[in-house]
Amino acid sequence: MRAMRPRFDAGDKVRVLDLGKPGHVRTPFYVRHHVGTVLHRAGMFLNPEDLAIGRVCGPVVPLYRVGFAMTELWPDYDGPADDMVAIEIYDHWLAAAEPPPAP
Amino acid sequence: MTHDGHEHDHDHGHDHGHEPHEPLVVEDEAGNIEGQIRVAALQALLVARNLVAPQEVRREIERIEAPGVHLGAKIVARAWTDAAYKARLLDNGKSAAAELGIGVGEAQLIVVENDEATHNLVCCTLCSCYPRSILGQPPAWYISKAYRARVVREPRAVLKEFGLELPVAMRVVVHDSNADMRYLVLPQRPEGTQAMDEAALAELVTRDCMIGVAVLPAA
Repeated sequence: MRAMRPRFDAGDKVRVLDLGKPGHVRTPFYVRHHVGTVLHRAGMFLNPEDLAIGRVCGPVVPLYRVGFAMTELWPDYDGPADDMVAIEIYDHWLAAAEPPPAP
Repeated sequence: MTHDGHEHDHDHGHDHGHEPHEPLVVEDEAGNIEGQIRVAALQALLVARNLVAPQEVRREIERIEAPGVHLGAKIVARAWTDAAYKARLLDNGKSAAAELGIGVGEAQLIVVENDEATHNLVCCTLCSCYPRSILGQPPAWYISKAYRARVVREPRAVLKEFGLELPVAMRVVVHDSNADMRYLVLPQRPEGTQAMDEAALAELVTRDCMIGVAVLPAA
């Protein structure tokens, strides 16, 4: 069984993909396309998209906890800039985000 | 019978445009019970064919409903009174719970600590994931679409409706239990409880403060 290695680690900037997959996906729409920061690796888990259709033999995929500023998710958010959502995202839903352009 | 977090209702209308599928709804928020009727029919068939005994179903329901807030309260009170335990709890919630004889059936338990600078709040936007092994079944509002949708959108407004107005200097972190982790908030130990022992402290700890929609008042 191939074992996927985690591509990201704490501090990495990541963008959530919109894979357009039907079925039992665990990546909510409200974080798709948004850029967050990996808080930490959360382990390796069977992919719920496979489990939901009876594919219980793996492979396991890396899971991360990713933090998103509320102001990133909701442009009209009127609370403090450091308010945050922390959410769990599987590796295949993430891409490395471009570093912000130098000023 | 579903007992962990991954029961959910496939009614999010934005997800469609693919092949139609049978909804997995057991009971929707309008109170329609087609799902219940189906579950009852399935159970009757399983019993009639001797695949399941009625008492097995009851035992399983009892097992699911046995955990309660007292388990979470025990964990919190120990963390308040034992700094080394607290460190282990924050490092690995599942193994620290096991030290107290509390088995966490969910995949992992992440304990998030409230302090002067940060207030943590737990939700499950996709369904109803909740640390059931240590808090029992979630309150109705926790699984309501209103809470699930609003808490990641306007957490301070939601908290205010719970009677908790946080200073702007305090950061709010909302934890969405959308996959394999479950979350428990470690509330701040209330002022004026220095003389209390662990058992007395455990009596103070409420469900809502371990979800993060409340804080504990000074004793």
